Amino acid sequence: MKKKTLRSYISSFGLVIAAYAFCMFYMNNGMSRTLKGQLIPICSYVVMALSLNLVVGISGELSLGHAGFMSVGAFSGVIVSGWMLNGLAIESESLRLLCALVGGGLCAGVAGFLIGIPVLRLRGDYLAIVTLAFGEIIKSVINCVWVSVDGSKLAFAFNSNNVPGKILINGPQGAVKVDKIATFTGGFLLVLFALLVIMNLVHSHTGRAIMASRDNRIAAESVGISVMKYKTIAFVTSAVLAGMAGALYGLSISTFAPSKFDFNQSINVLVFIVLGGIGNLVGGMISATVLTILPEKLRAFNDYRMLAYAVVLILVMIATNSRSVKNFVSSLTAPLKKARKGDAEHA
Amino acid sequence: MISFLDHLISGINLGSVYALIALGYSMVYGIAKMLNFAHGDVIMIGAYISFCTGHYLGLPAVVSVLLSVAVCTILGIVIEGLAYKPLRQAGSLAVLITAIGVSYFLQNAAQLIFGPNPVQFPSIVKMGNISLLDGKLLIKSISIVTILCGITIMLVLTWFTGKTRTGRAMRAVSEDKGAAQLMGINVNRTISITFAIGSALAAIAGVLLCSSYPTLMPTTGSMPGIKAFTAAVFGGIGSIPGAMLGGVLLGLIEIFGKAYISSELGDAIVFAVLIVVLLFKPTGLLGKQIREKV
Repeated sequence: MKKKTLRSYISSFGLVIAAYAFCMFYMNNGMSRTLKGQLIPICSYVVMALSLNLVVGISGELSLGHAGFMSVGAFSGVIVSGWMLNGLAIESESLRLLCALVGGGLCAGVAGFLIGIPVLRLRGDYLAIVTLAFGEIIKSVINCVWVSVDGSKLAFAFNSNNVPGKILINGPQGAVKVDKIATFTGGFLLVLFALLVIMNLVHSHTGRAIMASRDNRIAAESVGISVMKYKTIAFVTSAVLAGMAGALYGLSISTFAPSKFDFNQSINVLVFIVLGGIGNLVGGMISATVLTILPEKLRAFNDYRMLAYAVVLILVMIATNSRSVKNFVSSLTAPLKKARKGDAEHA
Repeated sequence: MISFLDHLISGINLGSVYALIALGYSMVYGIAKMLNFAHGDVIMIGAYISFCTGHYLGLPAVVSVLLSVAVCTILGIVIEGLAYKPLRQAGSLAVLITAIGVSYFLQNAAQLIFGPNPVQFPSIVKMGNISLLDGKLLIKSISIVTILCGITIMLVLTWFTGKTRTGRAMRAVSEDKGAAQLMGINVNRTISITFAIGSALAAIAGVLLCSSYPTLMPTTGSMPGIKAFTAAVFGGIGSIPGAMLGGVLLGLIEIFGKAYISSELGDAIVFAVLIVVLLFKPTGLLGKQIREKV
């Protein structure tokens, strides 16, 4: 392994592990209840940020429907967990959580593959709009699905009349009376897993082919890279991770509706990774954490916080992207740089 | 048969509203190459302005609509100047996030000013319904006004972009910004004018939308905004007849889907049709295929 690669592995994994250790320490020493309740959602959003970064940053395609995969993962995770408890009488919570994560990831992966075939043939903004459409389709389809466990069998229905046994998913109300089995340690392990998958992918032959297709599609094709194949690999991997994040999220709250995973949710995750730096995995994780905690901390200014958030979002974008602002900043720092250069020459 | 005609009319009614919004999306996209997600919220602001001037100040409907058009036009120019102009050279994702920031800002500002609770929007057309076929078929007068508005605006816009100097400047800028500038076209001014026209159309669309579907709240604009954007892509984004066609088709699909297939799945059907169309015509129904050269 190259030195630079090794260093990036160590720094990102070190950061996650340090954050986990800090949270575990802080949890026993006066962490507020609201923050405790947010730990698992934070893990889930961190995984979402990693997953979307794979599509937007590494593969270079704009996805506006990533919450759709999260939704598929969340609901299938709840079904798997509920079925194992009520149908198969498996009590072990960690086993059920693991199976729910795997199940959620698999279902979202299948959805990602199916949607990836048509989506990845399109380019740029057309691709963005189709992913958006897909997210909305998932939302309205789950809105009219009823799922229940009857004995050891699962029952699916499209209306509320004939669902026998214990109801797991109740149409527009979404998942009801979820057994909250997600744990912070589970979430932490999921973050590590997602980070490991993405970093290994990026530093592999496949990852380099994906990035080559992003940088110049025609050049990549002309050296024999099958652009469709590699973009599909990135998209499906990302969908699987988003599904797992969804399953973790779903199993951490007692009731959630399909409308929870709408267009705004997809945009939220997109904001995480844009503010963290597109393609920068650690940056995305940090901004996902900060932007999940911050709104709760600002509850006191309830009426104005979203307004302030919008203004900050616009200002950050202008400050980091506008040419005139950049020129202005560099004209301010030019004397400093000159002075430093002078120092270096003297020394 | 009667119910079919009924659905047909409400489909064209909804479609005309989508078409008006889609025109704004499409023109802005054609010229500035950006997805202006704040467009849907300009609709909501337009409807609120019309509601407040009509309800609290008691102004006649025509005046309140004109006022809301004026306010939205100014709003469009201000948004463009403050938020989008500094990002002319930036990447598309930065502009997209800025547009989303503007959208959040408008929604939350509206929530602070007008309150989060929905209000009942009174229809701007006070005339009674028209009954045809011995009273079996009732046509709401607002439907007729909406459809006529849609057709008129489409004709005016086609004339405007085809025949006037400003309109031709707009087409030139959308084709090649650099070359247009070399020909002496003021690119910044042209982009501002486009935003102004788009926002004025959004104000009209907002009033018409809320006259047919009278619940008005700060998030009213977002779903029609997304659907109209879909309509613009459906018809071929950047093309004016395409936006019109896409809007009307989308409205028809939505109403017929809700009536004959499933009322809950109406939205899903709309988006599924979009995906299928894009599979066969990747640039939309009337979009131009641009070949990529090495």
